[in-house]
Amino acid sequence: MAITETTKSELRELISRYPEPRSALLPMLHLVQSVEGYVTQEGIDVCAQEVGLTTAEVSAVASFYTMFKRYPVGKHHVGVCVNSLCALKGGDSIWRRITNELGIGHDETSADGQITLERIECQAACTHAPVMTVNWEFMDDMDEAKAVTLISNLRSNKEVKSTRGPKVRTFKDVSRTIAGFDDGLVDEPGIDEAMLAGLKAAKQAGS
Amino acid sequence: MTKLVPNLTAHWDETDSYTIAGYQRHGGYSAVKKSFELGPDAVIAEVKESGLRGRGGAGFPTGMKWGFVPQGDGKPHYLVVNADESEPGACKDIPLMMANPHSLVEGVIIAAYAIRANQAFIYIRGETPHPIRRVRQAVADAYAAKLLGKNILGSGFDLEVVVHSGAGAYICGEETALLDSLEGRRGQPRLKPPFPAVAGLYASPTVVNNVETIASVPAVINNGAAWYKSFGTEKSPGIKLFAVSGDVKRPGIFEAPLGITMRELIDYAGGMVSERPVKFFVPGGSSVPLLTPEHLDVPLTYEDMAAHGTMLGTGTPMVFDTSRSVTQAVVRWIEFYKHESCGKCTPCREGTYFMVDILKRLEKGKGQISDLDLLVDISAQISGRSFCALGDAAATPVPAALKYFREEFETKLVGVK
Repeated sequence: MAITETTKSELRELISRYPEPRSALLPMLHLVQSVEGYVTQEGIDVCAQEVGLTTAEVSAVASFYTMFKRYPVGKHHVGVCVNSLCALKGGDSIWRRITNELGIGHDETSADGQITLERIECQAACTHAPVMTVNWEFMDDMDEAKAVTLISNLRSNKEVKSTRGPKVRTFKDVSRTIAGFDDGLVDEPGIDEAMLAGLKAAKQAGS
Repeated sequence: MTKLVPNLTAHWDETDSYTIAGYQRHGGYSAVKKSFELGPDAVIAEVKESGLRGRGGAGFPTGMKWGFVPQGDGKPHYLVVNADESEPGACKDIPLMMANPHSLVEGVIIAAYAIRANQAFIYIRGETPHPIRRVRQAVADAYAAKLLGKNILGSGFDLEVVVHSGAGAYICGEETALLDSLEGRRGQPRLKPPFPAVAGLYASPTVVNNVETIASVPAVINNGAAWYKSFGTEKSPGIKLFAVSGDVKRPGIFEAPLGITMRELIDYAGGMVSERPVKFFVPGGSSVPLLTPEHLDVPLTYEDMAAHGTMLGTGTPMVFDTSRSVTQAVVRWIEFYKHESCGKCTPCREGTYFMVDILKRLEKGKGQISDLDLLVDISAQISGRSFCALGDAAATPVPAALKYFREEFETKLVGVK
């Protein structure tokens, strides 16, 4: 899918939010990623034109940030946290299990194009370890069995719901949300037991 | 037993805690009105007096930071909220933005008013779409309620707020790297001085504050500095979000006065998940040295943590029981720093690379006794010689782990077992 005039006008809308055009560059790269599934050369070119930078300058920025992919990503991006706490609490075994299941490794995409796997860093959800993400939405308190079911559901296009967030959409869809365009999903539940643990304990203790 | 004090978390069990209606039902945005009555200098004075310290890890006094911004300099001023929570172990700002984003927005209005900024940015970690939705909505609702935009509540004060997404770089939690990133560049740290208070975003005076810090401001203004200081200790006043994770029964967010102990927090979290006791814990994210069971009763304050060779950091303890391998934990932390090193300076870029190599050799049982000294030596070469705090952070896990668990490392040497 090519970058259309509609996308270009959205890129300009992003630029208009900032005092300096270049500040919009990260959201703009998220937006072109949402259109083409990754940051293509065309995406780089268009961002460079709109902001008034060289393509080399934009490439230098895009290549610095892990979230910007320079190769096609599957329909879903699946992350497994393998930082210390998650790894020890089951992240490592989840990783082994689903890489075996899918026959692919880090930064690789399944042959059916459904899933790209990534070993991800701490997701600021350590109270929910081990953590996975689907298109960056939280999949908390995972284990091997849940991970296998998750992968199978994603591959067969069954409905999957984030544990703190909405029904899973696609990598492209969520890239658009991250770029800064509302998706109407703000009211999907986002609070769970772990987030309420202290409040509950305080109420029990009568404080 | 230190009592928990739900403040920011007080209404999270209400289904609409994240909405403007839910927030205003409990007095939300009344601190904005009060601040406009006080005037900006009195707001800074009140925050100074409260002793509120930065909750992002460094613990710098917030009111003092605001006071560094030159006034009447004719330049635009900026407030930037660091919502790039990525420190391994830290998981307090993301839940806060999910459950109570309006406390952040209200804090932004007050802080911007105090430092005379008419433009603020909330730089949120890119990998967190749901908090991004919640904060974007909170900002939109605040605009609709005339709490943002031109002439807020008839005060004559204007404020525009942009919610900005990062793109997956831990280094952007470092304030000057964050500013470069917000300017649309690679997120690499800047040489200090000049400090952001003088030359920050677009080379203008800028305050960068953590989410929890800013969200704590409305309660300080509403209830007064004396109320805030009635919690905690003299040097570590106030209330803090403690996110307890790891091998406890009920990991979660516990809001308590500074000075609560690890033992008390574990107790509130339902105790250890199995019968196994604590082997080690990391009080404030992987960037602070670990502690052991002998430290369970040390008050979690800036000064007590420093006295025991570590730091309060983000105040988000990870607890590991006796079934866990300290060497495995350490190698993943160092791999993390290696991956997240921005590459700007040699000690951090190369040092983390060397350390990962050596730690992996140890994990394979192929280490030499000299490797242990080499690890300590490399840590010392990184610490204090790196461009920014990421390097110093990368240098912390190994020396502490070796100090308390050298024998475990020695089982990883060639010929052992």
